[in-house]
Amino acid sequence: MNPFSYERATDAASAIRLANATAATRYLGGGTNLVDLMREHIEQPEVLVDVTPLAQTIEVRADGSMLIGAAVKNTALASDAHVRQAFPLLSRAILAGASAQIRNMATVAGNILQRTRCTYFYDEAARCNKRKPGCGCDALQGFNRYHAILGASDDCVATHPSDLCVALVALDAVVHLQGAAGSRSLPLTELHRLPGAHPEHETELQPHELITAIEIPALAFAGHSAYRKVRDRSSYAFALVSVAAALDVDAQGRVRDVRLALGGVAHKPWRASKAEAVLRGQAATEATFLAAADAELAAARGLRDNGFKIELARRTIVAVLQQLTEARA
Amino acid sequence: MNAEQKPAPSQWQPGVTPDEVMHRHGMIGKPVSRLDGPLKVAGKARFAAEVPYEHLAHAALVHSSIARGRISELKTEAARAAPGVILVLTYQNMPRLQNPPLFGSAPKAVGASTLPVMQNEHITWNGQPVALVLAETHEQAEYAASLIEVRYDVLPAKTDFDAAKRQARAPDTILGEPPAIEIGDAEANLQAAAFKVDATYRTPRYNHNAIELHAATVAWQGDELTVHDATQMLNGTAWTIAQLFGIDEKNVRVLSPYVGGGFGGKALWDHQILAIAAARLAQRPVRIVLSRASVFRIVGGRTTTEQRVALGATQDGQLTALIHTGVAAMTPYNACPEQFSFPARHLYATQALKVAQQVADMDMMVNTFMRAPGESIGTFALESAIDELAGQMQLCPIELRRRIEPSKDPVSGLPFSSRHLLEAYQRGAERFGWDQRNPVPRSRRDGEWLIGMGVATATYPYYRMPGAAARIKLTNDGHLTVSIAAHEMGMGTATAQSQHVAERFGLPLEQVTFELGDTTLAAGSLAGGSSQTASIAAAVIAAGEQLIDQLLMLATGDSPLAGFKRDQVEAINGGLAVRGDTTRAETYAAILQRAGRTALQCEAPAPEPAELQHYSMHSFGAQFCEVKVSAITGEVRVTRFLGSFDTGRILNPKTAASQFRGGIVMGIGLALTEATEFDPRSGRIMNPSLAEYHVPVHLDVPEIDVMWTDIADPHSPIGARGIGEIGITGVGAAIANAVYNATGKRIRDLPITLDKLL
Repeated sequence: MNPFSYERATDAASAIRLANATAATRYLGGGTNLVDLMREHIEQPEVLVDVTPLAQTIEVRADGSMLIGAAVKNTALASDAHVRQAFPLLSRAILAGASAQIRNMATVAGNILQRTRCTYFYDEAARCNKRKPGCGCDALQGFNRYHAILGASDDCVATHPSDLCVALVALDAVVHLQGAAGSRSLPLTELHRLPGAHPEHETELQPHELITAIEIPALAFAGHSAYRKVRDRSSYAFALVSVAAALDVDAQGRVRDVRLALGGVAHKPWRASKAEAVLRGQAATEATFLAAADAELAAARGLRDNGFKIELARRTIVAVLQQLTEARA
Repeated sequence: MNAEQKPAPSQWQPGVTPDEVMHRHGMIGKPVSRLDGPLKVAGKARFAAEVPYEHLAHAALVHSSIARGRISELKTEAARAAPGVILVLTYQNMPRLQNPPLFGSAPKAVGASTLPVMQNEHITWNGQPVALVLAETHEQAEYAASLIEVRYDVLPAKTDFDAAKRQARAPDTILGEPPAIEIGDAEANLQAAAFKVDATYRTPRYNHNAIELHAATVAWQGDELTVHDATQMLNGTAWTIAQLFGIDEKNVRVLSPYVGGGFGGKALWDHQILAIAAARLAQRPVRIVLSRASVFRIVGGRTTTEQRVALGATQDGQLTALIHTGVAAMTPYNACPEQFSFPARHLYATQALKVAQQVADMDMMVNTFMRAPGESIGTFALESAIDELAGQMQLCPIELRRRIEPSKDPVSGLPFSSRHLLEAYQRGAERFGWDQRNPVPRSRRDGEWLIGMGVATATYPYYRMPGAAARIKLTNDGHLTVSIAAHEMGMGTATAQSQHVAERFGLPLEQVTFELGDTTLAAGSLAGGSSQTASIAAAVIAAGEQLIDQLLMLATGDSPLAGFKRDQVEAINGGLAVRGDTTRAETYAAILQRAGRTALQCEAPAPEPAELQHYSMHSFGAQFCEVKVSAITGEVRVTRFLGSFDTGRILNPKTAASQFRGGIVMGIGLALTEATEFDPRSGRIMNPSLAEYHVPVHLDVPEIDVMWTDIADPHSPIGARGIGEIGITGVGAAIANAVYNATGKRIRDLPITLDKLL
């Protein structure tokens, strides 16, 4: 780990001012990913600006929507009464991630901005286009069990490792940003980028732009939702495939509305819009669910080690939708 | 007079007369809680990385990023100029050392390989240390290490097992045993057999992940060296370091009172040697604590294997052929051929037997012993094949094993010293509810979960290592202290041996002290091969007989023991008594006080393990498990586990249960979750962390039931055989067999990950 100085922000404005003082600044949330990356010399900031004093509140509005401060701890969000009642998939997604100790430290914004766990990204001895643009990707022909089946490129096949984000993109979450040029907001689905030819650019954030809050719009049927994570051990492992879903089935057994997102399959939390389009208005049957999964996964491509994830994603999507349908009946 | 009499012959003669203490029931067999438990939970047990020194310097390592080649350029200026840096050690300024004497090449040689330690520019594995930085703080050392730039001339390397195995060779020996044995014509018998199984099984690399990271705190005082180490081979470490540095063994003191998990991995690796060299150059005491990644890079693990098991059987379930052959990855510089064929040499009766082990040389970190090396993965292959054969014959796999139970050792022809495998099966089957198993695969289901049961044999050899001695000090308050440079890696050595010593000398536990973990004590043997309990016991027996002889020499005049010889007395009630007449007795304190002595002291080495020349000595067990497998995702969960063992006398049921359970947990990892990702393109380990190398988490481990026959082995001291390793054996196969029973899919390639079951 390189020597660095530590600054503590008191509000968003002071954080941005501190960060802009030098180029090699990183915002510090819980540190559960950034500090690891510093230990591995992947990140070498000169200044850390601690933003955990900012925005630790969870606001529930009258319409059921939520505004979650960027520095809210994962554990606090997962155990929030409104989250558990109105957005159970979010609570379950958080609790499926990391360990209790890590969740106690990690912040919501930090979770969103965590970096891939591709082992070639983590190892300075390996080639990685994220770390050194243009040098090549050792994961492409290497150990890529945890890698992308959707939206990958020849330059990068890494996945975004978050569970929380999978639930958030399913819920149409919006991130509130503040930077030197002022404030703006962005749907979470548009925050992370696909790798393309520039996997080093992982998000649409401007330099030192700060996430200040995450907004979740009201969604009446999200009280009936699920998160299922499939992994190589029962806990403390990243998803091979995860599925976040909320399902609204009408009295005739037709899908009135649905939210579906996948984790562990792409460079970003993957909103399954194609599957949703197939589902809406159709009978909530296994055949429909299969057709929806197939529509989403039609573009999926397997690598040396991860081809099984296409079938695994298909089965898991269907199982989660069936579970929600049966629980309704 | 006693003084003029010859000492009586030893009551325990290995292989001839049993140790009578094995039948005493008092302290032995009691579930005594760990004596060091309070110290450990209070954080007062001091481990190697915690020993304080004034002016301590901290070390960090730089590892090579190539598997084979030469260092062409080393840029260390920035590191030398970094804050707090004391020294940068590379091959250019490293003191000239002898090459390590290889493990097994001399009685106390424990070198992990014969490779020189940072003596030249050559690189022989990916991860080899190329520099050590010494600084005032650990953080400064780590940072400065990151500033070192190394360039290499890269040479082609053998880093692909599939390619290397095509040039496999037979090693000279498999830990002293022949690499190949043929009895009869197994291949011909196989061809002619009514039932046959012939399959290939693959096991991956596994790495050591003890909770305690490898660490050492080392200090020179003139020519005298003190090494606070985390080791399971104290005397071997001292001797081997002395050879490397060309100093007298007596000048090397190694201490290791507590080790946070050994499993075969807490040995002499490059880090201690480099720290010792740096301490000498810098003239400062040095602490080195490996990072988790460094443990993967410079501590060997269990190597990868490809094994063939073929079985031929008659209609009534007699084996006509048992073939177990295969290849393990190794290097030309070490001697750990991963003895996967050992179980097949001793487990079952067969008309014809063929075992043959080869090794494939690779450019890799030398592999090493890891809990039941060989037996863990060898039983995976063999016991999977037995299950396949039983399935083909539509025979209960326990019944098949009953039919092939041998009456004597199939290779040596020696009688077994004590073998109760079938009893372990029978008792285990009853407690587990084996009769509820449906032999038809994929016939039990609970919602999306397919349920299955599996069973497999566990086995591990009995070893008693030479070299151990015991020092006994008896003081005139009747307190007895046994001192041996023995090892406490968490298994309860001091606790179980205190119980043993109390029983053997007729003392309450409070009147006994067992000292270990320091080479200034009587020599210990290495804590490997599940041998330490028996090795220590044999030394205690020998020293104890000297002590009793000395006591009887003092018990003269009006002592009720006057004139009696050792074989006429027994240790009881805090002293000695005449056999058959306990009224003729005197306490130790009284004997010493009458003689005006404050203390008696003696030391004796253990006799050679002659019992192994007379008997085939092994431990056995039956591993039962139930799994559920998701029909949707292929996820496997172990829902129940029972280990039923036959390991001789159990000294302490509490610590023994932990040993067995720990082995089974590690077996669950071996079967389901663990695998080292060794990149065949670079020879680099890509998952050197506990986040990416998946040891089982609590949720992967069900409640584990353990039981044992507790039948004393008449030919081992205290009737005990080792228990540290057998727990992991058979687990891989029991789980694979249960997965087959649940799903109908036979997985012969570990670990059993969900993709193999989709």
